[in-house]
Amino acid sequence: MSKRKAKDAHLPIGECISQVHQILRKRFCHQQLPVKPEGVEAQHKHLAELLKRTAVHGESNSVLIVGPRGAGKTMLLRSVLRELSQETEVQKNLLQVHLNGLLQTDDRIALKEITRQLQLENVVGDKVFGSFAENLTFLLDALKKGDRSSSRPVLFVLDEFDLFAQHKNQTLLYNLFDVSQSAQAPVAVVGLTCRLDVLELLEKRVKSRFSHRQMYLLSKLTFPQYLERIRDQLSLPDDFPDGKFAQEWNAAVTTLCEDKSAEEVLQRHFNSSTDFRSLHMLLMLCLSRVSVARPSITPTDLLDASRFCLADANANMLHGLSILELCLIIAMKHLNDVYEGEPFNLQMVHNEFKKFLQRKSNSMYNFEQPIIMKAFEHLQQLELIRPADGASAKTQREFQLMRLMLDHSQIMEALQKYPQCPTDVKQWATSAFA
Amino acid sequence: RMKYFTRLRVKRIYEWRGAPIGFNRKLKTSEYGSLSIRVEGLPQTTVISAGQHILIEGDDDNNPYVARVLRLFADGRFQEPDKKAVVQWFVRVSEVPPSKLQLLGRVPHPQEVFLYEGRSCEDEVNAESVLRPVQVRHLDVAAPFPVSEDGDTFYVKLSWDSRTFRPVDPSLLAAVMRGAMATPASSRKPGAEAESLHSLTKLSASKCLSAKRRSATQRTPGVRKKLQLSSESSLLVFINQEVKPANRSSLCPQRTNRKPGRRDDVPLTPRSARRRESQSEMDSPPAGDDPSRVRAMRHQNKISGHLVTVENFSSEAGAAGSLSPGSLRGRGDSGPQNQRRPLTFSVFPAEPAAGGRRSRLGRNRDEEEEENGALRVSRRKSALKVSSRIRKQLNLLDGRLSSDEDEEEEEFVPSRKELQSSDEEEDDEGEEEDEELAAKKSRRSSSSHTKQKTRTPRKTPRKAGPITPRRHRHATPSIPNRAQPARRPGNILEEARARLHVSAVPESLPCREQEFQDIYSFVESKVLDGTGGCMYVSGVPGTGKTATVQEVMRCLQHAAEQDEIPPFVFIQINGMKMTDPHQAYAQILQKLTGQKATADHAAALLEKRFSNPASRKETTVLLVDELDLLWTRKQNVMYNLFDWPTRRHARLVVLAIANTMDLPERILINRVASRLGLTRMSFQPYSFKQLQQIVTSRLNKLKAFEDDALQLVSRKVAALSGDARRCLDICRRATEICERSAAGLVGMSHVMQALDEMFSSPYVAAIRSASTQEQLFLRAVIAEFRRLGLEEATFQQVLVQHQALCRVEGLQPVGVSEGLAVCRRLGACRLLLLEPSRLGVLQRLWLNVSQDDVLFALKAD
Repeated sequence: MSKRKAKDAHLPIGECISQVHQILRKRFCHQQLPVKPEGVEAQHKHLAELLKRTAVHGESNSVLIVGPRGAGKTMLLRSVLRELSQETEVQKNLLQVHLNGLLQTDDRIALKEITRQLQLENVVGDKVFGSFAENLTFLLDALKKGDRSSSRPVLFVLDEFDLFAQHKNQTLLYNLFDVSQSAQAPVAVVGLTCRLDVLELLEKRVKSRFSHRQMYLLSKLTFPQYLERIRDQLSLPDDFPDGKFAQEWNAAVTTLCEDKSAEEVLQRHFNSSTDFRSLHMLLMLCLSRVSVARPSITPTDLLDASRFCLADANANMLHGLSILELCLIIAMKHLNDVYEGEPFNLQMVHNEFKKFLQRKSNSMYNFEQPIIMKAFEHLQQLELIRPADGASAKTQREFQLMRLMLDHSQIMEALQKYPQCPTDVKQWATSAFA
Repeated sequence: RMKYFTRLRVKRIYEWRGAPIGFNRKLKTSEYGSLSIRVEGLPQTTVISAGQHILIEGDDDNNPYVARVLRLFADGRFQEPDKKAVVQWFVRVSEVPPSKLQLLGRVPHPQEVFLYEGRSCEDEVNAESVLRPVQVRHLDVAAPFPVSEDGDTFYVKLSWDSRTFRPVDPSLLAAVMRGAMATPASSRKPGAEAESLHSLTKLSASKCLSAKRRSATQRTPGVRKKLQLSSESSLLVFINQEVKPANRSSLCPQRTNRKPGRRDDVPLTPRSARRRESQSEMDSPPAGDDPSRVRAMRHQNKISGHLVTVENFSSEAGAAGSLSPGSLRGRGDSGPQNQRRPLTFSVFPAEPAAGGRRSRLGRNRDEEEEENGALRVSRRKSALKVSSRIRKQLNLLDGRLSSDEDEEEEEFVPSRKELQSSDEEEDDEGEEEDEELAAKKSRRSSSSHTKQKTRTPRKTPRKAGPITPRRHRHATPSIPNRAQPARRPGNILEEARARLHVSAVPESLPCREQEFQDIYSFVESKVLDGTGGCMYVSGVPGTGKTATVQEVMRCLQHAAEQDEIPPFVFIQINGMKMTDPHQAYAQILQKLTGQKATADHAAALLEKRFSNPASRKETTVLLVDELDLLWTRKQNVMYNLFDWPTRRHARLVVLAIANTMDLPERILINRVASRLGLTRMSFQPYSFKQLQQIVTSRLNKLKAFEDDALQLVSRKVAALSGDARRCLDICRRATEICERSAAGLVGMSHVMQALDEMFSSPYVAAIRSASTQEQLFLRAVIAEFRRLGLEEATFQQVLVQHQALCRVEGLQPVGVSEGLAVCRRLGACRLLLLEPSRLGVLQRLWLNVSQDDVLFALKAD
């Protein structure tokens, strides 16, 4: 009844817009879990069964979830854990330890974190006591003491699993997998990684102890499915306070997805990557343009957002350069053309620039050597050029060999857009002969 | 129940009655007819004469030992002659292990005793341990027990030889007595040390009786007594011959400490060696056939081992034995404040009271703190110094000690109070408390010598901030228990899965019979000969190396329990389970003695332990898993591990396990490889038939797999690696797939799917699922490689190709940033190998997959 009441309620438009922002931002930024797994049902079932067996039967397991970035590995694990946490038998028994290869950069830190999260006896408050060796033996003893039927199973989640393989001797991995393969406290080791060659990283003893269960999250999404998901992501839920607004919004989203130009933009994104993070980025940019004055997402918003996303960072940087610096860049481009990518130094660039001045320039004048030098250093600071090799420290500034970090297409693009660029400079850039 | 006074409280005076009946010139012993006992301050005198039954002071005041005096004599080799008695032992019901009591077939009478016929028991006691005479009446086996009128009458029906009960023949009793009389010197031991002690002899007897009881019951008086006495006696050996038995109870720690130099006039040969000699003199059965004696000797060895350590490190106050309840060890602590302690409380059986209190403390730590708020200040002060939080809490229990403790840690001077408290053991409660105290002490001493010795006690308490509790050194690490019990396997497939799990311990290890036999006979021969040796076991992972060795050790330990071979200690370390190769020393030491020490210190201790001729008579078997991880640049860890077995007295057998067959040749320097020796064994990867057999034997007639399916798995695994773990994992996965498809039996299709999941390369699938631009980029990479004729290109070069390909495909050409993003995504999942990304467009890239795979994957679209 309250629902119907809510549906009938009419909120002021500003209120509605802020509600829309709130709901959609939560989806895009906070990685809200979807209601049910999409596209990964099989893996979801497999993982849920596996973890349930560990929790209920005390069976030790190890599994790796492999998939490219943004494929939904963490989401899969989290939704499985959410599902399991609703079962009391699992929830009461399972202990969880979450590690991340980017945070626990060596085994010492990882061990402290494990003992801290397990709340073992050497943990007081938030501090873990004992040396590295003591902690290791302590943890191993603790796990060894347990047995299949009586101790609580422990779930180890190793995010960025491949980084753990770089720890010294892979001690942590060896021990975790060894526990999972021997009659000790039941553990489930779940590794998340984006590296397809992760098994090759494991040392042979570690590899032998790993159960070789791997789940690949490789999306097999088609473009219509992709569009469908975008629509889902943008649509407002049924329980939105203002029913009429929600209807209008959802209708607008549907028309957006059917719009030809919008579809083109999305197709381009889909071609580039099917990963959801980049999509969320795009939609986020669109959403931020929604206001009371423009209460829906239009195809032009999408186009602008896409342009923003795909913009070339370096080409944008070129817009901020002075004419002199731009000229130096062009001179470098010519040098690159002539010498086929060989490195150059300041003197060569300066000579090239002087040739241009002598031959063609009407608008440009010669500059003093120190000014050229200054411009050159500025370019280096912007990392548009970088020293060719490490041995350059000894040589004089003017003769230090440099490489251009820009592609020709970037230079040409920047020149096109450069405000009030002198025509002769443009011509010089396009001419095949310097 | 009756209560007997301990010698600590009551001073008894022992005097010979009458002139000696005989004198042995050779041994300088004079026989006496009777002995009078008088308690100081009391008028009555008790007279003990040969043939009488007596109570001999034991550890448990309520149950002193029962014996019959055979003869009385004075050992005249000293200024003040020693009073001795030769006795025939009787065994009380409580001294018989409960498991053996079942042999009796009836409920034993509380006042029942058994004639002890085990031969390993020393029958000479110090006469001053005699408490008073009792009545022992012989009853016929069939006769009923009379209604007991007083506690001083015991009844004998049966004899006990530590294995069986037999009816007592009264003539036998007499014969025993006569025999003892006829050969008075036969049981004498050459050394003087044992004779200065009372009831040491009971040691072996009650030792065997209580070996099992110890684990079952908590407070085992017999054990306590025995250990206490033996450690006391051993200590005394080292201290001084002149310490007179009469004033032994007044022996004060200061004195023992002051005279360490005088111990060199005492022969340092371990008593156990002599014991053995004397015993084989006395009765010469083969060494292995008497379990009680062997065990007793092992026990003694342990004690003397400790004592040697004590002697060597008498400056360090920390040679404490482990307090683990399961293992029985005497503690031969040194250091003045500990000197006294082991004499009185030497054993720590698993005490439910103390243990319970400890765990309770762990839980209600904060509450306790609140309660003891008044003591907080001193506690805080000590907490900074003591090494464990729990221990601190124990100290809080009796706050009076905390101040003493501080004092003690500053200098190792025993406080008066403590000596007092050690004398205060009056009743059970007091004893318990004292034991706790001793436990604390040992911990303190061990920690103080490892860590806190250098610390200046003045500074630490002043440190600002919260209490810094240290980890409880003897905390029992554990994972909390489940809230609900684990579910049992419900159907055949679940059962099969449980059996196929690598962790399931199989009843036997099929297909490794030969290796098992070889290792078994190697270790067995070393244990039997009492020599040392090394064996190197190699094999690829998952071929059962560790499992086989552990199985061998299980069998050997079983054999040792059955007294087929001498007892030995088995410890194992794993190169992967330590943070640094040098930690190996610390781990070995801890597993061997329970001591905690730094790696360097542990190395020194082990070095002494293995090179000291008088340390132990027990073989140590050391399993070193993942040997290659112990490699250091100087290889001194490996050198020591292989050098110790070559020492004459070490009796150390080292079994080293690693993966590579030629490890000794490859990474070991000559002197290490030479010590490792040539006893090598290599485990071949399993053949498909063996793998099949392994799975079949694990399933143990459980019909869960089709034969063909099993064969497929084993053939596949044998072809790939021969790793049994892999084989089991695949089978396990296959049962899961089967379960989901709702088939009853695991068939070919399930196994195929499992194999596919585990062994198929993900690259092709990954390329197929990649986005259009990523696929184009890979194509561009191949095109560029072909153009350059190299397997390497810069991003810039590939980008040109990519843009061209985009145009061909009718797509909008990608920009540099977008192209780089595509390239990095491919790099992240390692389809491409990239140079660091700071190189931007100049970074070079390589394919991580073969070109054919890429083309194959892309063509199938």
